[in-house]
Amino acid sequence: MDLTYTKAQIAFRDELRGFLADKLPQALSEKVARGLRLTKSDYETWHAILNARGWLGVTWPREHGGTGWDAVQRHIFEEEVTAAHAPRIVPFGVNMLGPVLMKFGSDAQKALYLPRILNGDDWWCQGYSEPGAGSDLASLRTEAVRDGDHYVVNGQKTWTTLGQYANRIFCLVRTSKEGKPQQGISFLLIDMDTPGVEVRPIVLLDGEAEVNEVWFQDVRVPVENLVGPENAGWTCAKYLLTHERTNIAGIGFARAGLAALKRIASAEMQGGRPLIENPLFAAKVAQVEIDLMAMATTNLRTVAAAAEGQAPGPESSMLKVKGTILRQQINALARQAVGPYAQPFVSEALEAGANLDPVGPDYALPATQAYFNNRKLSIYGGSNEVQRQIISKTILEL
Amino acid sequence: MEFRLTEERRMLQDSLRRFLAESVTPARIAATTDDAAGHDPDLWRRLTDLGLPGAMVSEARGGFGGDGFDLMVVFEELGRAGLPTPLLDSAVLAGGLLAETGRDDLLARVIEGQVIAFAHAEPGSRYDLSRVATRAQRRADGWHVAGHKAVVHAAPAAEALIVSARTGGAVADEDGLSLFLVPRDAVTMRDYPLQGGGRAAEVHVDATLPADALLMPEGTALAAIERAQARATAAQCAEALGLMEAIKTLTVDYLRTRKQFGQPIGKFQALQHRMADVLIEIEQARSAVINLCGHMDAERPLRERHVSATKNLVGRAARLVVEESIQMHGGIGMTRDYALGHLAKRLTMVDHRFGDADFHLERFVALGAA
Repeated sequence: MDLTYTKAQIAFRDELRGFLADKLPQALSEKVARGLRLTKSDYETWHAILNARGWLGVTWPREHGGTGWDAVQRHIFEEEVTAAHAPRIVPFGVNMLGPVLMKFGSDAQKALYLPRILNGDDWWCQGYSEPGAGSDLASLRTEAVRDGDHYVVNGQKTWTTLGQYANRIFCLVRTSKEGKPQQGISFLLIDMDTPGVEVRPIVLLDGEAEVNEVWFQDVRVPVENLVGPENAGWTCAKYLLTHERTNIAGIGFARAGLAALKRIASAEMQGGRPLIENPLFAAKVAQVEIDLMAMATTNLRTVAAAAEGQAPGPESSMLKVKGTILRQQINALARQAVGPYAQPFVSEALEAGANLDPVGPDYALPATQAYFNNRKLSIYGGSNEVQRQIISKTILEL
Repeated sequence: MEFRLTEERRMLQDSLRRFLAESVTPARIAATTDDAAGHDPDLWRRLTDLGLPGAMVSEARGGFGGDGFDLMVVFEELGRAGLPTPLLDSAVLAGGLLAETGRDDLLARVIEGQVIAFAHAEPGSRYDLSRVATRAQRRADGWHVAGHKAVVHAAPAAEALIVSARTGGAVADEDGLSLFLVPRDAVTMRDYPLQGGGRAAEVHVDATLPADALLMPEGTALAAIERAQARATAAQCAEALGLMEAIKTLTVDYLRTRKQFGQPIGKFQALQHRMADVLIEIEQARSAVINLCGHMDAERPLRERHVSATKNLVGRAARLVVEESIQMHGGIGMTRDYALGHLAKRLTMVDHRFGDADFHLERFVALGAA
């Protein structure tokens, strides 16, 4: 047992810190730290900065232009970028589709799409969930019917995050109704500019429109956009999910959230002293901090196993359940800490440079919004109920 | 023992529930946030015609109710509908204060539906009732009042405000608080929408007022403020109960109709058990509201013990109901246009007014020790 980083890992961390201090634009990290809205170009700017250093393809091997980092290095990277308040890497192209193409894509697909993901030519979004297919993803009904050299796609996807910025979407579509539902699914790449594709925003309860419905009406997709064999899409989907779960514990986000919570609770006064000195509140903050300390080690144990080449398995379900609950608890405490100024809802104040003062302290609205918005953490990427089912089936064998 | 409503209250409950079910639409709720008044003036006039403000005031003061259970019946129904109105702020809070001042002329205006807001909390006062920095100084011809009041509900619709200010003592002293009637045009406001619907305002007061603006004997207002806030807390907790009931109905309907893995998700035992826990906590909340409404007129120690007990329990139950209902709905529960979103946000905001669950837990302990 050794809980410390090696000298090489510390040197790597210091190199990262130097890079972030040097290259991460202050305007961007300020926006992230203050919980303001990020624009499309904010994300593109950050991707370009990372790509120029060869650090955008965090999970990618060197042969495809990635970092070739092992699991511990990737973990250190996640810790450092969140601590520095860098924007997140938009995961859909880099962390989701990229690995699927490397594993299942044709040589032509790899040659065409992988460089475009890194250099920012393409912004991908994810076409998985449907109104009738959420937790039960395999029941999806969006249909792709072969017609000569094309598939004709009809149906509707939903919860498509940042689909409003995307020019391409990777979709699970039904190509057969024979056999088990999982057996008739294919993995298809669709150009969003094709006639018949329509994106409609969904406004969430925090008033923001980060997710969308994507509708397909007689959309003609060339057959060469099929990834892997027809009706083998479920294999791609499961493989992608294991990569979606990279960094699923969200330790870096939890740490940033805890630090923000402590700042808020130090600024807020209750009964003539800072809220952080109130024994009841301090105990609650301590409780999540204790959980987070253990969670970080649970995560590192998984990371260490992954660094030795073991693929992330059902233990990622554990990380997802505990990690999301922890982040939601931190969000709830931050909302509570804000007090009466959690009530005003002046969402225009989340726009950077908005000519509008926040009502009350500037942390009040972002903390409240984060509480509502992060209810999604235990819903998306396989709900926590689905994760518990995986744990009870595959680990406990119940 | 009698836990059934009186015939009169049941009729009020029935007619109010029917009226709200027919009249309140998502568009009208959304409009309360966007419209300058912060409420729906047409609905407010019709609720006034139904006698709602009068039902908050005792017969001795010109109303026809005012009992704790009158508050409970009315606010539970408003909660079910999710409708923001000025009723709590004008008729319960300001009305409660006016009933103690003998200013029945002002109370009559409240009963007729005019809105009077109570501007008390300040930036940094959080939930402490006695922490008031706004100052009032006696002048030859009256008073000068100056200060900043935070998140004043119903202020955008108010024709006048009751403003608390220090005529003596240090910032957190229990003595030295006084109440002043301030006309709307004597203050400046920055008004804004609220997470739970409706609007509030930051109110800046720097006004010279006539001598009769002082509403009760100088320096003695805290006890009256505490009594009025006890009633307002009862109303707010009853409203929270109505919100919980509406959310429960939506969620149970969803569990029955949403199908995944070939069956309604309500057939999964994991969800059944969690929904059963939600139901148990809502019944606990109902009992807590009954406890508080039944002690509105009790002596201070007993009444305030129930205020803190109920507010603590309702705060805890509200969080459970909000988080479980969104989780069981999945993505659809996160959307603005589905009915759950507004109800869940409104219910969440209950814990940000009149003290949160932890504040009242500590207060309950302190009251027991006293």
